[in-house]
Amino acid sequence: MEFLIGIIGKDFVLVAADTTAVISINIFKVDEDKSRDLNKHIIMLYSGEPGDAVNFAEYIQRNVRFYGIKNGIELNPKAAATFTRRELAQSLRSRKPYSVNVLIAGYDITKTTPHLYWIDYLGTSVEAPYVAHGYGAYYTTSFLDKHHHPDLTFEEAKILIKKCIDEIKHRLILNLPEFKIKVVDKDGIREVVI
Amino acid sequence: MDLFVNQFKDSYYADDVENLFNDEFDASKEFSLPILELPACENPVEFMKAHDFKFDHGTTTLAFKFHGGVVVCVDSRASSGSYIATHSVKKVIEINPYLLGTMAGGAADCMFWERELAAASKLLANIVYRYKGYGLSMGTMVTGWDKTVNSDGSRLKGDLFSVGSGSLFAYGVLDNGFDYDMSVQDALELGRRSVYHAAHRDSASGGTLNLYHVKESGWDFIGGYDFDDLHWEYQDQPKPRITENVQPMLNIQA
Repeated sequence: MEFLIGIIGKDFVLVAADTTAVISINIFKVDEDKSRDLNKHIIMLYSGEPGDAVNFAEYIQRNVRFYGIKNGIELNPKAAATFTRRELAQSLRSRKPYSVNVLIAGYDITKTTPHLYWIDYLGTSVEAPYVAHGYGAYYTTSFLDKHHHPDLTFEEAKILIKKCIDEIKHRLILNLPEFKIKVVDKDGIREVVI
Repeated sequence: MDLFVNQFKDSYYADDVENLFNDEFDASKEFSLPILELPACENPVEFMKAHDFKFDHGTTTLAFKFHGGVVVCVDSRASSGSYIATHSVKKVIEINPYLLGTMAGGAADCMFWERELAAASKLLANIVYRYKGYGLSMGTMVTGWDKTVNSDGSRLKGDLFSVGSGSLFAYGVLDNGFDYDMSVQDALELGRRSVYHAAHRDSASGGTLNLYHVKESGWDFIGGYDFDDLHWEYQDQPKPRITENVQPMLNIQA
């Protein structure tokens, strides 16, 4: 029932995740940050089984960081997404697979292009201009089909993501009161308040 | 032709029709509600499961009320599982010049009950409720007042509804564009656009789009549009820009 969303704009990616930590019918927390910075220009949002999600995200985070330290050059978003996808695909064929869905948003500093990857627990990886995980995706993708365009400005993207969040707050049975919104661009990763 | 039809005419009210001519007029029989013959088994739901019946399920139907009347918009695809049976289903049933019903879920169930009823949604809800648990599958919007009836026998009154597998996609577009005070033209376009986006994302919706406008003087059929044509029409247009942060939505069930 969690919700992750990402929108590519002209020279940035805007991402948002709900902040509720639910186990069974109980809400434990409403200010959980469901993202990890893989490096200065790549962020990963995650959702899925409570223990798995953080464990997997931090495993990926440390490997991507380690790659940067070891080789003196950072992975680009595509490489990070490919690595993450492969880890999930390998995990799927193990005794206890990770049940985690992720979005990887990044800014490629050499090509100066924003990238967004949608990866599910089965190891499906898709690069797309706007994606979402969870039931909220049903309400938001049609709306973004209508309004999204490649030259989206930051202001426009903020309005779009706000409307998407309002829509799922409005229609989804589950109560998702808070969202954490972040942007990735040439200057790195920052939180955005709308 | 009559001979051919008569072979299959052994229907539930054949007796009633005969009685009408033979005996004297009996109002209780004449105006009684139709009865659905159930399969000769203990539990119809289990029966259908056991025999692996696949019903036509996928649909997008939508109706909303605004100051200029009611907009009704539906797709026309009938699918059974992964099989697309036809692309030319009439999912709006023209009950009378003032009333429209929409079909979602089991096509046969909707058609049977709505055709028999030149009457209001309460009547429909009551009938459907009698068959609760017998495996009916329908999601119906009756407009004129805009109400929706589901196969669990529930009945809701409201300004804005969408029913079917594509309804979530339709809601996404509809909620954001809806304004009770919008013009007739904008309202019709919003209905068209919402069902188009639903058909685009939902594999069980498609075919052609049928658009109706219900107003004081009765309903108007606005037109049928092929989803392929609509797709290219919208692709050629620039994406509608959003500039305002203020939104008119979030006030649906007033």
